[in-house]
Amino acid sequence: MLSQGSVTAAYIAASVLFILSLSGLSKQETAKNGVFYGVIGMAIAIIATVLGPGVTNYLMLVPVIALAGLVGWYVANKVEMTQMPELVAILHSFVGLAAVFVGFNSHLEGLGKYVGAARTIHNVEIFLGVFIGAITFTGSIVAFGKLSGKMSGNALTLPGRHMLNLAAIVVSVILAIIFCMGNPEPSWPLVVMMLIAFVFGAHLVMAIGGADMPVVVSMLNSYSGWAAAVGFMLGNYLLIVTGALVGSSGAILSYIMCAAMNRSFISVILGGWGGEATGAQQEVEGEMVPTNVDSVVQQLDDADSVVFVPGYGLAVAQAQGAVSELAKKLRAKGKEVRFAIHPVAGRLPGHMNVLLAEAKVPYDYVLEMDEINGDLPQTDFVMILGANDIVNPAAQDDPNSPIAGMPVLEVWKAKNVVISKRGQGRGYSGVENPLFFKDNSRMLYGDAKDSLDAILKQMD
Amino acid sequence: MAQLIGVPNEVAEDEKRVALTPETAGRIQKLGYKLQIERGAGESANFSDASYREAGVEVVDDVWGSSDIVMKVRQPTAGEAAKLGSGKTLISFVWPAQNEDLVKTLSAQKPHAVLAMDQVPRISRAQKLDALSSMANIAGYRAVVEAANNFGRFFTGQVTAAGKVPPAKVLVIGAGVAGLAAIGAARSMGAIVRSFDIRPEVAEQIESMGAEFLFLDFDNEDAGTEGGYAKPSSPEFREKQLELFRAQASDVDIVITTALIPGRPAPKLWLEDMVKSMKPGSVIVDLAAEQGGNCDLTVPGERIVTDNDVTVIGYTDMASRMAAQSSQLYGTNLRHMLDDLTPEKNGVPNVNMDDVVIRGCTVIKDGAVTFPPPPVATSAAPKPVAAVKIDPEEEARKAEAAASKAAMTKGIMIALAAGLLALIGLTAPADFLSYLIVFILSVIVGYYVIWNVSHSLHTPLMAVTNAISGIIIVGALLQVSSSNTLVQVLAGIGVFVAAINIFGGFLVTRRMLAMFQKS
Repeated sequence: MLSQGSVTAAYIAASVLFILSLSGLSKQETAKNGVFYGVIGMAIAIIATVLGPGVTNYLMLVPVIALAGLVGWYVANKVEMTQMPELVAILHSFVGLAAVFVGFNSHLEGLGKYVGAARTIHNVEIFLGVFIGAITFTGSIVAFGKLSGKMSGNALTLPGRHMLNLAAIVVSVILAIIFCMGNPEPSWPLVVMMLIAFVFGAHLVMAIGGADMPVVVSMLNSYSGWAAAVGFMLGNYLLIVTGALVGSSGAILSYIMCAAMNRSFISVILGGWGGEATGAQQEVEGEMVPTNVDSVVQQLDDADSVVFVPGYGLAVAQAQGAVSELAKKLRAKGKEVRFAIHPVAGRLPGHMNVLLAEAKVPYDYVLEMDEINGDLPQTDFVMILGANDIVNPAAQDDPNSPIAGMPVLEVWKAKNVVISKRGQGRGYSGVENPLFFKDNSRMLYGDAKDSLDAILKQMD
Repeated sequence: MAQLIGVPNEVAEDEKRVALTPETAGRIQKLGYKLQIERGAGESANFSDASYREAGVEVVDDVWGSSDIVMKVRQPTAGEAAKLGSGKTLISFVWPAQNEDLVKTLSAQKPHAVLAMDQVPRISRAQKLDALSSMANIAGYRAVVEAANNFGRFFTGQVTAAGKVPPAKVLVIGAGVAGLAAIGAARSMGAIVRSFDIRPEVAEQIESMGAEFLFLDFDNEDAGTEGGYAKPSSPEFREKQLELFRAQASDVDIVITTALIPGRPAPKLWLEDMVKSMKPGSVIVDLAAEQGGNCDLTVPGERIVTDNDVTVIGYTDMASRMAAQSSQLYGTNLRHMLDDLTPEKNGVPNVNMDDVVIRGCTVIKDGAVTFPPPPVATSAAPKPVAAVKIDPEEEARKAEAAASKAAMTKGIMIALAAGLLALIGLTAPADFLSYLIVFILSVIVGYYVIWNVSHSLHTPLMAVTNAISGIIIVGALLQVSSSNTLVQVLAGIGVFVAAINIFGGFLVTRRMLAMFQKS
């Protein structure tokens, strides 16, 4: 058995390792070490806790952890890289659920232990912990449903939804006051509040549409961190440090995603595309000109520099392998081939990078928006695979467009652009894309994977 | 039924080009067509009958009778037109505006369609089948080659042991495709090149090719373009223009003129007196000779030498003089035309009159004359938005107001935070305060660490932070040994789900990171 002092020392070590882990992720080269630090830190934390004072119930712990390990291992190995967003979302819900339980237990265990201000603080912490945990739980489940296609990706907008949300918060505050006033604290306000928070969390995410999912997932990531910061009520420094790290990480990611869409965090969270657009959108003139695989092959043959722009459509069509193959072939012919990634492409921050990595596209050919925008005017050929809003020139040209001001990939400056697209529909935001009507744009209709496979066949 | 395409010998004298090359033959067959060619048709462009056979083309003695589609270069002679036959398709140069009789003869044959390669609309989509541009490009290059051949000196300036040689000065009039090609060729041979065009907007193109644009200071409002080509200019403008040329005449060694106005005789821009003032040995190449020439002294199809020893070249077959190159480009234009005509790739042309490119080229459809086509809009730019006028002063005042407002908000925030902290300090127990310190410092550490994470690693970052947030397991672990059964059960479930999270999160991150690799 370890003394309390040894456990605390172990916690310090674990905290440092977690910080090293996150900072290791700043570069590709050090990322693998980063994960290693994280694993070690976690192992130290768990072992120290289990061996520390106050834990005796080994009979229950060992099988439970072993079983959970098996489940986690199975899920992690089975998941497709395109399903990463769903996996991350569902894992968040677990943290939320665990936080709810820990909060309840803390309430049950702590009855009568605290007095005065300490008691109030303890109760408020419990209340907040359960509240955030419950929102994280159901919000993540809804996000999982939307991302995996089990639920419609459209934003559900109930009439008076802002009022409903407000009412949920007000009622929760009242319940919190009742909870704190009671002596001993009654459990029912906590239970009722938990139920309200469940509904609140689900409703919150329901109201957010498919393309805003990167923000939602990172926001839930943040919540799961704050939920873990329940260490306050347990007086556990490790929980506080780790929760704060994760919480701020998720918050920053949400902020980056919002900045990439030029939208405020609040407007994303409140759901839907706010009707801010004033005045009529510009009309688009010209025609959408279809092309075929033969001429795309010809254009690829003629081009010296090629840029691929992947979007969510690429993930849906599972075409990452085909595009990687094509890139390899073009590069073998001495052409400069690169990939341009918009910060909000896909359904998870960095989603496209992971997909391309899975398809063995070397990461030094995969560039961010700011890195590649300057090169696009000198590029001979740009191929857009299942992306729409992120390459929409209206964001720059049309002040009345709903996506006005959103930074976009300036693909229209390239000599030739081919857009691989399923049909003539609009993007998620419902905004017409003038890119499709430009003189140097051609539409290649059909499933991205089928088109790429046909191109590959022609190349041989 | 796949249709049979026939390519006849060109009958015009000195026409060395051919409408089919072995390379384009392969591509056209992919569209589902069968091909035949007249014996020896490619000979003068250096394509042997054997090379056609190798590419799967049948070599025959006459294609006019048996082919469904005839592809050729020059406009058909009256004799050829009479051989077309009803229901057939002809693709070649036609020049319908200049050859009304020919169009009549052709339509009398009741052909399925006659497509004129000279009528391709000048829109970007049609560039790949724009045979006029291909031919003009070759003509421009060849004009420089002919000029160099007739010019007794170097193009490039040199300082040699035997003395200094000044560079040749070349003036290119008209900066269309041919003019720009000529500029490029002359520049790459080392000459000093100047160029003039009545369309001021091409100055940039001229300069991009390395030539000097001769600027004419004249308020020329109507010198715009019509379907991408130059329009005739006003008499006053013409006078100014001639004045400019006159000043150049005594200075330049070589003049290449390419000024054409569609459907009209070429404008006379290089007058007799200018030729007279040129230095002996100078060369004029007149690419507009076929339309009468830009130079007064041009004799179409001939090379003449004037009394003051200036060579005036009026060859009308510049493209044909580079038959292998021009056949290849023209053949590719034809292939693209067939590409557009055969979207189904079934070897049957579909003369779709809704397609602006095909509509523009079609001179005769089902025996009826469809020339001239309706005008085509050449560009599809979005409508301009009325600019919002912004008063700079107002702007500055707004910015100032915003700045002072931001400063005020910041102040209020700081005051609020200070008040809150003071309140906590007064009431909360010491334990809580020390937790708070740790919490706040951790948030700050997290803030700095996360901003350094590269964008491409955001997904792994989320997976890792997710795994780490499984640290909540520690909370559950501490509660699992409680004496309260309910607490035990809840804590047990908590341990279970948090542990899934930890294992799943770390393992999937490792899997992802293993995939990232450098080239």
